[in-house]
This record gives sequence, C-alpha cells and structure tokens, in this order.
Amino acid sequence: MFPDEFEYERPETVDEAVDLLVDHPEAEILAGGHSLLPTMKSGLASPDLLVDIGHIDAMQGIDHADGTVSVGALTNYATVDDSPVMRENVTVFAETAHAVGDVQVRNRGTVGGNLAHADPASDLPAAALAADATMVLQGPDGERRVDADDFFLGMYATDVAEDELLTRIEFPARPEATGAYAKKPSPSSGYAMVGVAVSMTVDAGRVEDVGVAANGIMDHGVRLDPVEDALAGTNPDGETVATAATNAANDLDEMMMMDDLQASAEFRAQLLETYAERAITDAATGTGVVAAGPS
Amino acid sequence: MTRDISLTVNGTEHELSVEPRALLISVLRDELDYTGPNVGCESSMCGACTVHLDGEAVKSCTVLAVQADGCDVTTVEGLATDGEFHPIQQGFQEEHGLQCGYCTPGMMMTATELLDRNPDPSEEEIREALEGNLCRCTGYQNIVRAVENAAEKMQQEPAVADGGGD
Repeated sequence: MFPDEFEYERPETVDEAVDLLVDHPEAEILAGGHSLLPTMKSGLASPDLLVDIGHIDAMQGIDHADGTVSVGALTNYATVDDSPVMRENVTVFAETAHAVGDVQVRNRGTVGGNLAHADPASDLPAAALAADATMVLQGPDGERRVDADDFFLGMYATDVAEDELLTRIEFPARPEATGAYAKKPSPSSGYAMVGVAVSMTVDAGRVEDVGVAANGIMDHGVRLDPVEDALAGTNPDGETVATAATNAANDLDEMMMMDDLQASAEFRAQLLETYAERAITDAATGTGVVAAGPS
Repeated sequence: MTRDISLTVNGTEHELSVEPRALLISVLRDELDYTGPNVGCESSMCGACTVHLDGEAVKSCTVLAVQADGCDVTTVEGLATDGEFHPIQQGFQEEHGLQCGYCTPGMMMTATELLDRNPDPSEEEIREALEGNLCRCTGYQNIVRAVENAAEKMQQEPAVADGGGD
C-alpha cells in the first residue's frame, strides 16, 4: 500500500508554511502523519501537495509560564504523557494522551495533528474541552485564538481555515485540579466508541470547578454542560456522581448521535452515562485513566 | 520527482534519493536491504515493521522516508554486537518467545525501547508496552517472559545494555 504520488515541501518556519498554504490552499499538512498517511495509503485521500511541518522547531515542546501551559502543536502524545508539567497542571490532557493508540503511535502522533484532524472517535478533543484549552492559529494575517468550545465544528471539521496552521494549544495551569479519561475503545481500532474526559477541582469537599466532555457520541467532541451543572458546588460522592452522569445525553440530539456497525446511537448514549460516571469518579478520587475491554 | 535524504541505519550512513511517497519500511527493506523489519498489516496496527527512529519505537509503515531524513534508525539487525546476541534476543531464544517469528523483530524493538525507559518493568507494564505488536502464534505469555528474562540480564550486566545501534 503506497500513497499516490504527491509533491512535497518541507518548510522550516511557521511563516514559510503559511506562505505555502496561501499559495496552495488544497495542500494537506503533514505533522506526525498518523492520521493522514493511513488515509493516503488506503486511497481515501490523494493530495497533490504535502506540506511537511515536522521540522518546524518553534512548534515543538511544552512551556509553563504565568499560569499558562503552552503545548506546541507538533508535540507528540508520549511527550505530553511523560511531561511532569502536564501531569501536574493539565492532568486530564496527559491522562488522555496516554489513552491514544499504542507506544509506537504515541511516539509519532502529534497533539496538534489529532485536534486539527478532528476525528469524532479521537481521544484528545474531549480533553481539550474539559481543560478549557485555547487553540492558537497562525494565518497570513497573523495569529488568532479560538476557544476549544468554538473549535470543533463537525466530523473532521474545525475552525482552522485552509491557509491557517494550528501552532500551539494553551491551557490554564490548574495544579489543584484532578483529571481522568474513561473510554470504551473499539475492539478493532482502539478508537473511542465513547470517551469522557473530566477535569475537576474540589475544595473543602465541594466541586469548585469542573469540565466534562465526550468523544465518539456526536460528530465532534462535545462539552456535557448538564453534567457540569449537576456537579458544580456538590460533594462528589458516589450517589451525586451517579446522578450527575444520568444527565450526560440531556443536551444531545439523539437523531445526530453517531450510529454505525460498531455501536448504535442508543448504545452509545447508554455508554456515555456509564463512562461519564467512571471518569468523574476517577477524577474525584484522583486515580486517572480507565479503559475497559481490549484497548 | 525524488528527494535526496540521509539515513543512518545501525550506525552506517546512507545517502539516497527517494520518492516522497516511499515509506520508511520499503526504503529500509527494498533500497537498503535491511530485511529484519517485516511488512505486516501495512496499516499501523500490527507492529511487525517497528524500528527505532532517534531511539523511539515507531511503525515504519506509517513514516515516509523523507520524514526520517537526517535521523538515526535502528533495526533488529542493529541489536547484536560483535556476534553476540542482545539480551532481548537471548531472552526470546531462552524463553521460546516466538513460533513463526514474523512479529519478532518488531516485538524486540518495542521491548528494547521499553527497557531503555524502564529497566525493571512489571508484567503489566510489559503487556501495555507491547500493545501495538500483534503475535498470532504464541498467546504472548512467552514473549512477556522473554522481556522479563532480558530485563534481568540487562540489570546484571549493565554494559550489555548499551549494545544496539552503534
């Protein structure tokens, strides 16, 4: 399985990359390649031009300053998973990065590539929502910032324009928050049939701040507002969490839920409540990631 | 249109010209004759093509050769030094960690990266690390034992652990 032929450019800077995208809006951006290359090898995509951004050093790495953690879009999952700064300040994102694929995939796949690809069954979008991430995009007119809540628009669709590049993801540093991700992986692909990410700060037995979001249930990652509302201000004990989780699908249009050979919409809605409860329980007890079944 | 790249494989530098669409696995096998890494599923699931790219285990069917330009690649051929098997190879031999052997080069490359990071892994950590390498013969039990065997050897003889790749 070889990809079809394509032209190949390897810019060294963000500006060079944006110039290429302005001149070639139809180009595909190659980062780690772990979403794009399988698509090209199976013939589902045949771009004429690949812009390989993998050598742009400015888009690598994790910085922590002034209460913000900034993650370069080219940072791979393994680096996020292993980063003490991420584990301490953006726990939910590190936990979720650990749940992606396998060791080899985590060594190559990038967090920016994952978010910009916006696969509905991907793991990171829910974590970006739960952690209140901000996407930083660079285009010909400079930089603009988009909240995670406004970033994911649909299946493989985001707010990134054809001549823009996702350069980094910024998170509010929350050392006091716990985080967890619970997913029901597809038995064949490991992608999320449903995955729920939770970031939670509990002070003196009360939920002070909470983010709950899900992958796999709709055509893009979604925040579960009714669950957040049900948890805010409570003591997150078993009964409270279980009750809050029953609200998981309340704001979601059942007609628009993902429904395929792997799982019907009805089953996914049921999984959503179960995995919401597991993720919240895990965050409340600070124990981290949960995966059920083969992953 | 081809592109000139440089790959250092098991310590030997190669300059070559490749099509941008050429996969690292096919360049290693077909252009440079490193036939240790195998082509399995070709869809980044099975791990038979696993090599180290700058010390990290990757599935070389899902990396373009042009992406690896300037990198150090280690294949299973790079594990043994001076005719002496690497501890992971000894472990697979002693614990009978293979039957048909097709997955073995990939298993070994993922396992050596694990042991670099974590010299004394638990059984659970070994199984999790090998999640991206499929074996259809063994049921994995002897593979896990082979990695445990290698970990013990490498802890007893730390000098041997520096073996691969140079």
